[in-house]
Amino acid sequence: MISLWSMKKKEDAAAKKKPKTSAAQIRVQKDLTELDLPSTMKTYFPDPQNLLSFTLTITPDEGMYKDGAYNFSFEINNNYPHEPPKVKCTQVIYHPNLDLDGNVCLNILREDWKPVLNLNAVMTGLQYLFLEPNADDPLNKEAAEEMRRDRDQFLRNVRVTMRGGSLKGKRYDNVLASAQ
Amino acid sequence: MAESTMANGNANTSDWQDRYYHVDQVLDRPGPRTDPSFAAGEGVKDFLRNKCKILVIGAGGLGCEILANLALTGFKDIHVIDMDTIDISNLNRQFLFRPKDVGKPKAIVAAEFIMKRVPGVKVTPYYGKIQDKDDDYYLQFNLVICGLDSVEARRWMNATLVNLVDPENPESLKPLIDGGTEGFKGQARVILPTISSCYECSLDMLNKPTAFPICTIANTPRLPEHCIEWASVLEWPRVHGDKKVDTDDPEHIGWLFQVASKRAREFNIEGVTWSLTQGVVKNIIPAIASTNAIIAASCCNEAFKIATSSAAYLDNYFMLIGTDGVYSYTFQYEKRDDCPVCGGESMDISISKEWTVERLIDTLTERQDIQIKKPSLSSGDMHIYFQAPPQLEQATRPNLEKKVSELVKDGGEITVTATTLPFSLSLRVTFT
Ligand SMILES: [Zn+2]
Repeated sequence: MISLWSMKKKEDAAAKKKPKTSAAQIRVQKDLTELDLPSTMKTYFPDPQNLLSFTLTITPDEGMYKDGAYNFSFEINNNYPHEPPKVKCTQVIYHPNLDLDGNVCLNILREDWKPVLNLNAVMTGLQYLFLEPNADDPLNKEAAEEMRRDRDQFLRNVRVTMRGGSLKGKRYDNVLASAQ
Repeated sequence: MAESTMANGNANTSDWQDRYYHVDQVLDRPGPRTDPSFAAGEGVKDFLRNKCKILVIGAGGLGCEILANLALTGFKDIHVIDMDTIDISNLNRQFLFRPKDVGKPKAIVAAEFIMKRVPGVKVTPYYGKIQDKDDDYYLQFNLVICGLDSVEARRWMNATLVNLVDPENPESLKPLIDGGTEGFKGQARVILPTISSCYECSLDMLNKPTAFPICTIANTPRLPEHCIEWASVLEWPRVHGDKKVDTDDPEHIGWLFQVASKRAREFNIEGVTWSLTQGVVKNIIPAIASTNAIIAASCCNEAFKIATSSAAYLDNYFMLIGTDGVYSYTFQYEKRDDCPVCGGESMDISISKEWTVERLIDTLTERQDIQIKKPSLSSGDMHIYFQAPPQLEQATRPNLEKKVSELVKDGGEITVTATTLPFSLSLRVTFT
């Protein structure tokens, strides 16, 4: 058997045993404790012991979705950051990049996820969806078409649905920040 | 018989004359590139055949090849772990299994087959998960070879072997040889835990499973895969709520297949089949027997060289690309300072039993040799103090007043993260 120990002594005599915490766990600790969120975003941990499951509330202070409070659930598994966090919107919202089941169309949550990205990047990306909805990558096709066709009508639709109104037979959740 | 038995450095098993004639050509005399510690002749043969204990993780496509290679090169004490049972679709390449074995545990059937076929070799199977075993179990081996298809299992194995390294115990350093294949591509690598780059160091080099943009799946499907993803990513949770897809349940696959087929008809897309559905949801890349054979051979070659010191071993990454001809490339993957598993720093710190958490944090911030800005501390599952987010800062703030010795036992570990650290710092605390 080759003797590896001599190489070890040379290279890092100071190495010490590492704790038993998983790499995913430490990485989530790092991501979360280094978050520097603007006042428009807040995290909430239903079980503060469990860092892998929490919600994010976004309350945009400008743009078409201003005055709303939008909730997203984050579920992180032990293969993080090899796999992205699973993020869903927990409300029914009228938005070109969200469907009525809460799925989110954000490239870094799927096809463009990389382990160098972090939770901060995901949260910033989500907030951006409310500042700049993108009609070119629609999940809610009707909303996207409306936004392209008639921006004023789209804005009226956003306002109606944010108050919990109905639109074309579909009911939306009241997401007004003042109501929550 | 007795003479040849002794000549092979093995008095316990029935080694017939010249059983290892070809292997012995390498072991009987040093070559130009052999390690100075090489004990040509009986010494090395005795180690390989009587003392060396090797662990094989996985008894699937790679594992079957690895087990056969090891047994035939003269390893005689082999252990194998696998949590799977044999499926009929394995039989084309996992050559230790026969149709009568379908449904039985791979590890057990593979062990029996090797022992029957290669006399004198002891293969000890474990049918279960690698996570079932503790450090003492892994400490008994000289070498570990991984032939797995799961990233998660390899990350676990890699982290376990890196964590096993105890600076006071040379025996705790276990070389890990990792093989992997994906269709016509494959890689073999030698990982010397804490010395050379580990599996986690190269995690971002991995091919990610193909993910299609969710808006394409939802609105503009063009491929049969888009229809299957639509069924599994969007329709399944809509209809079944929180219930997860069980990719081994034929009923679940059947449901997805039907929903995807209907979708495909609506969009005039052809090619949605049962097996494609299963392939997409399980993220199966067709396994190629010859790729497995090449990678397993490379892994076993390295195991042999490391166990015997008979030749220089791979430093440290061999990749094979068989998609257009046969291309291979060997290079040294560099150890990363910010690797979550083998990188980062660790240090011993001795503090008074009376020190509060706040005092420890001040020290970490002020000490010239550390200088960490805004550190967050945890120990195992316990959050000691988190700088953010606000809810967790508030929840952990009362700990600032507590004594470190109330939260962590003598010799215990604290994991420190901070923006100024590449990844994390591991503190081993002793109290005075
Ligand atoms: Zn590493």
